[in-house]
Amino acid sequence: MRSFSYQRATDPSAAVQALAAAATNNSPLTEAESQPLAGGTTLIDLMKLDVMRPRTVVDINPLAAQWSAIDLSSDYLRLGAMARMSDVADNPDVQRHYPVIADALKLAASPQIRNMATLGGNVLQRTRCSYFRDVSYDACNKRNPGSGCAAMEGFNRTHAVLGTSDQCIASYPGDFAQALIALNASVEVTGKSGTRNLPFEQLHKPPGRSPQIETTLAPGELISGFLIQGHWPRSVYLKVRDRQSYEFALASAAVALDVQDGFVRDARVALGGVATVPWRAREVEILLKDQKFDDTLARRVAEAAFAAATPRKHNAFKIKLGQRVVARALHQAATMEV
Amino acid sequence: MDDKTRAHGNPARTVSGFDRRSFMAGAAGAAVLPLTARAAGPAGDTIRSAQDPSLPVSVTLRVNGETRSLDIDGRTTVLDALREHLGLTGSKKGCDHGQCGACTVLIDGRRVLSCLTLALVAEGQEITTIEGLAQDGKLHPMQRAFIDQDAFQCGYCTPGQIMSAVACVNEGHAGNDDDIREYMSGNICRCAAYPNIVAAVKQAAPDIKKG
Repeated sequence: MRSFSYQRATDPSAAVQALAAAATNNSPLTEAESQPLAGGTTLIDLMKLDVMRPRTVVDINPLAAQWSAIDLSSDYLRLGAMARMSDVADNPDVQRHYPVIADALKLAASPQIRNMATLGGNVLQRTRCSYFRDVSYDACNKRNPGSGCAAMEGFNRTHAVLGTSDQCIASYPGDFAQALIALNASVEVTGKSGTRNLPFEQLHKPPGRSPQIETTLAPGELISGFLIQGHWPRSVYLKVRDRQSYEFALASAAVALDVQDGFVRDARVALGGVATVPWRAREVEILLKDQKFDDTLARRVAEAAFAAATPRKHNAFKIKLGQRVVARALHQAATMEV
Repeated sequence: MDDKTRAHGNPARTVSGFDRRSFMAGAAGAAVLPLTARAAGPAGDTIRSAQDPSLPVSVTLRVNGETRSLDIDGRTTVLDALREHLGLTGSKKGCDHGQCGACTVLIDGRRVLSCLTLALVAEGQEITTIEGLAQDGKLHPMQRAFIDQDAFQCGYCTPGQIMSAVACVNEGHAGNDDDIREYMSGNICRCAAYPNIVAAVKQAAPDIKKG
């Protein structure tokens, strides 16, 4: 690991100031020379691999005192960005009113990692693309812009089929972000000039021509919380992977439904493991709206989710797998007892 | 070791008062240069700075109930601080990337990966390692259960397994075999002693809850 200057911020304004002061250029947050350190499960790992090379690390763990609350009201849920994944997964209110959040968190990573990782850090975790994580490969547009993409013709079984570009096919690895997309969450961001809110689905940027730019966060900005309107007891997270536990998704679906008298009044569907960013399946949502739910409908709309898929040599199986995951998740959500 | 002691295997340890661990620790210690400089300590109310990364920083850790002050490279993880600076070699370095769980310790009662935790970040928090489990010379119920159930072969992952298992019970995630398997999945055992580990967690759980 390269040496770095360590700073510890004990309140949000100090953290934002320290990050902004150490930002010596306009590189996107994920590549910035100053990095916030919370749980460290991504950052320390990637610093050891020499993939991330911050000159300044700002320890923001003391911000947990202000930013880790889990606030449930009759019509919304607010999650502080410094809440640890395990605390939110084990929260009875979250389990009862937002099972998609509790399950997405519980099925992610290991108990130790969930004890360490914060919600804010979790949604910003970097891809598990083996060519991104291994600096002995020169060709990685995300790590080394303009160098090419070793995954295109390489071992790309775990890579994305949706939201790809000719520059990058790295898949977004997380689970919780899909739950946030499915619940139409907004994210609160704190920077030098105060806080701003944006729809969570606008936080991540697909690779396009600039795979190194992964989010719309500005240098020095920190995620401070997440807001979800309404209660969503009829929601599920289904994750399919190579192992039963402690593994990233090959395909996953976060589904939230409002079903009345057998008809779908509102549907929210997000996909994981198959896309470059937390992926909202709008086609599926539109096709479900105001329809009488049955499994034939679920299978038909699931196919639509992958109409624009661009498979590579080793990951074409994700299309059929992803369709089945969507159909099964819809079935589970529609038939669950609430 | 000469041919004679090697031929006798273990007795060399008692005959000469020499063992592999103290030799390794001594050799490592000799390579450490004297500390000639220190970075500044706390520089204000809201920020703790160590501006020059080439200088050691002072950090005070709470380990198994004791306060230990160290001058370390800012990059030092809790795992390396324990093993290389405090002589607590129970916590093991497996992957050093948070994937295997061999380095699991408790920080403020929660199981975490010491290989991905900077010592600076853990300053002032209560760190419990495998060396801190036994009380008054009596094994912790989970240690006893791992022996009773033969829950290891080579033993390398065992300190991490035991620390994780203690937390698993305390979290209330040891209610049945499926839960134990799910909530112990962050600890890999290359010898595949998994069925015996599940049995050990089940054996120790009632004793821990009682205690």
